[in-house]
Amino acid sequence: MLQDRAKQAEYELEQRDRNFVGYHLIVAIAALAVGSTFGPLQALEHAGIDLYPQMEWLLQSGQGAYYQGLTIHGVLNALVWTTFFITGFLTLTMIKGLGRRLRYPVINWVGFLTMVVGLVITAIPLLAGNATVLFTFYPPMQPSSLFYIGLTLVVVGSWIEGLGFYLTYYQWRQENPDTRTPFIAFASLITMVLWQVATIGVAAEILGMLLPASLGWTSGMDPQLARTLFWFTGHPLVYFWLLPAYLSWYAMLPKQVDGKMFSDQLARLAFWLFLLLSVPLGFHHQFVDPGIPNGWKYIHFALTYAVAIPSFMTLFTVVASLEYGAVKRGGSGLFRWMLALPWTKPSVVAQLLAGLLFIFGGIGGIMNASYNVNLALHNTAWVPGHFHLTVASAVTMTFFGISYWLVPYIVGKPLWAPKLALASSWIYFVGMLVFSNAMHTVGLLGAPRRVPLGLAPYVPSEWSGHLWRVGIGGTIMYVGLMLYVVVVLVTALRRKKFAEGEGVEIPVAESRRDVQATPLWLDRWVPWLTATAILILLAYGPQLYEQLTNAQLNSPSFPP
Amino acid sequence: MSDDPETPNVEEEDAAAEEPPAASSEGADEASTDSVEIEPDEHLHVDPYERNWIRISVLTMVVFAVAVTAAGLALGIQVPTDEGRVDPNTLATTPPWSEPGLREVVPGEEYDLYIVARRFAFAPNEVEIPQGAKVNFYATSGDVQHGLKLADTNVNFMIIPGQVSKLSAVFDEVGEYDYICHEYCGLAHAVMFGQLRVVPAEGGA
Repeated sequence: MLQDRAKQAEYELEQRDRNFVGYHLIVAIAALAVGSTFGPLQALEHAGIDLYPQMEWLLQSGQGAYYQGLTIHGVLNALVWTTFFITGFLTLTMIKGLGRRLRYPVINWVGFLTMVVGLVITAIPLLAGNATVLFTFYPPMQPSSLFYIGLTLVVVGSWIEGLGFYLTYYQWRQENPDTRTPFIAFASLITMVLWQVATIGVAAEILGMLLPASLGWTSGMDPQLARTLFWFTGHPLVYFWLLPAYLSWYAMLPKQVDGKMFSDQLARLAFWLFLLLSVPLGFHHQFVDPGIPNGWKYIHFALTYAVAIPSFMTLFTVVASLEYGAVKRGGSGLFRWMLALPWTKPSVVAQLLAGLLFIFGGIGGIMNASYNVNLALHNTAWVPGHFHLTVASAVTMTFFGISYWLVPYIVGKPLWAPKLALASSWIYFVGMLVFSNAMHTVGLLGAPRRVPLGLAPYVPSEWSGHLWRVGIGGTIMYVGLMLYVVVVLVTALRRKKFAEGEGVEIPVAESRRDVQATPLWLDRWVPWLTATAILILLAYGPQLYEQLTNAQLNSPSFPP
Repeated sequence: MSDDPETPNVEEEDAAAEEPPAASSEGADEASTDSVEIEPDEHLHVDPYERNWIRISVLTMVVFAVAVTAAGLALGIQVPTDEGRVDPNTLATTPPWSEPGLREVVPGEEYDLYIVARRFAFAPNEVEIPQGAKVNFYATSGDVQHGLKLADTNVNFMIIPGQVSKLSAVFDEVGEYDYICHEYCGLAHAVMFGQLRVVPAEGGA
C-alpha cells in the first residue's frame, strides 16, 4: 500500500490533461484582463477623472457606460475569472491527488464547453448594453433573457465538471478502499460539493422566477424571495472562491517554502466545517432587508460567527506550516523566521501577500456579519472595499501565485521574467492597500457603493481626499495586474523550453504526521453531507417555506 | 507564549507519539519517519498550541457576539424585521402610501415618515422635524429595488417592491441629514437622494 501511495504521489499529468487545465486558464485570464480594465475607469471616476467618453466606441453613452462597465467588471472578474480558474485548477488537483486520469475526460470536456458556450451567450447582451444589471442582477430590473440563459449554462457546465470529479473519485475509492483521500483531492471535492449545494439557490431563482418572467411566461416577480434565493448562493460562493486558495495555502505553499503541512487532520476538519457552515448563513447579507424576521437574521449572524472558527484554524495551520519551513531554512526568532521565507519566489510572494491582505479582509468580514454593526456598513463603499480584500486579494493573488508554477507546468517552459512577476505582486499589493483603505474609510463616512461618485450631487468635500486615493490605488492595482497577465502570456508563448532534467513539479506538501493516521470520520462523506443538509434545512427551511407560500409574483419588470 | 518558536520541539513530541504503533507496521523501515504507517486513531490529534489558538478564537467570537447582542438588547440597536407586504402596483390608491410624507404621532416628539422610492427620487424628498424628535421611517418601492441610508444614524435599509421597511431614529442634533439611495436602481441612480432637516425645537415642525 505504501508503494501504491508513493506511486500516486509521483504521478504527473499527461500533456493532454495539462492542456485541458490550460484551456480553463486561457478563458479565466482573458476574462480577468478584460474585466479589470474597467477597474481603473471606475476608480478614476471617483477621483473626478471621467474617462468614459473615450469608451463610447464600446460602451453605452452617458451614465450607462459606468454601469455597463461595472457589470462587465463584476461578471468577468468575480464570476468568470474565478469559476474558470477554479474548475481548471481543481481538475489538476483531482488528477494529481488521486494519481490517475479522470475516469471520463469526455464528461469534463462537455462541462467545459458548456461553460464556454454559456460565457459567450452571457457576453452578447453584456456588450450590447442589454444586461446592465450588475453581477447581482436584482429583480425586478430585467436584463435580456440571454444573460440568464448564459449564466445558467456556465453554472451547469461547472456542475458537469463536478460530476466528472465524483465519478473519478468513486472509481479511485473502489480501487483504494483503505487509503485516506489525498488531501488535495479531498479539498477539491469539498469545494465542488460546496459549489453545487450553494448554486441550488441561484438556480431556483433564475429558472423558477427570473427567466420565466423575462420570457413573458409570468406577469412578475417577488423581489424579496429572489434576494433570499440569491444569497443562499451568494455567501457560500465566496467560499467556493476561497477554498481553492486555502487548498494552495494548506497543502502547496508549505512545500514551496521547504516545509510540511502542519496538520492534515485539522486542515480536513476545517474543510468539513466550511462545507457544513458556509451555506446556512446567507441572511447576513440581508440584515437590512424588510421581509425577514430579525430573529432569523440573528440566527444566521451566530452561524456566521461559527464559520469564522475554521478560518481562524486556517490562519494558525498555514502560519505554523510556513514557520516550520522557515525554521528548516535556518530561520529563528518569534517573528524573524519570516525573513527566512523564500521572498525571491514569485509564486510564494504572491500568496504570502494574498494571505496578509486577507487578515484585513477577514476582520472586515466579521464586522459585516455582526448583525447591528451592519447598519453602519451595508451597501456603503466599505463593502466593495472588503470584497476587493477577499476575492480580489486573497483569492486573486493566490491564483497569481499558483499561475507562476502552473503555467510553466502546462506549457513546459520556464517562467518569463521572474523579477517582473515579483514586482507585479508587490505593485498590486501596494495598490490594494491604498484602494481598499480609502474605500473602507469613505464607506464609513457614508459613501454608497455602486455610484459614480464623481457626479453624485450629495458628495461632501470631506470625501474627496479618500476618493483620490481610490483613483490612485485602483490605477496602481491595474498596473500590477496587467504585469501578471503579460508574464503568464509571454511564458506561454515564448520559445524557450525547459532543458532536459529541468522543469517544475506540482508542489504537494507532505503532512508532518502520516495521513493514514487521520481519523476515519474525517474521510467519510455520508455523515458530513447529512449534517450539512440538516443544518441547511433548520437554518433556511422555515423562512424559505414562509416566503415561498407567501410569494406574490406581482412585481413587474423594469429595464435598467 | 514562549519567546522561542516551538516548532522543532513540537516535532519531537509528535515523533515520540508516533513511535509505538509504527514499530508494528510492515514497511516502516524503508519509509521516512514522517510517512510510517500507523493504525488510524479515532481521536483528532491537535497540537497544544493549536488547541489554545482555537480556544482563543472561540472566546473572541463569543465576546464579540455578547457585545453585539448587548448593543441590540440594551441600546435597542436592531436591524429591520418583517413588517408585512404591500402591492407595488396599487401604491397610488393604498393609504398611507398614496400620500407619502410626515405624520405627527406626538407633536414635537414623535413622527411617522412614509417614503415611497421611485426612480430616481424619494417622495418626499425634503423633510423637516424639530430637534429631539423621534422619527419612524417607513418605506416601500413603486418600481425596482432601492436602499436608504441616512447619514450619521443607524437608519439603513433596503427598499424592496412588495415589502415595507421600518427603522427609527432620534435626532438630538440640529443639522441636515442626507438620505441616499444605496442600491443600484437604474442609470441615474447617482442622483437619487433626499434631505431631512432637524431644526431647533422653538421653530416647530
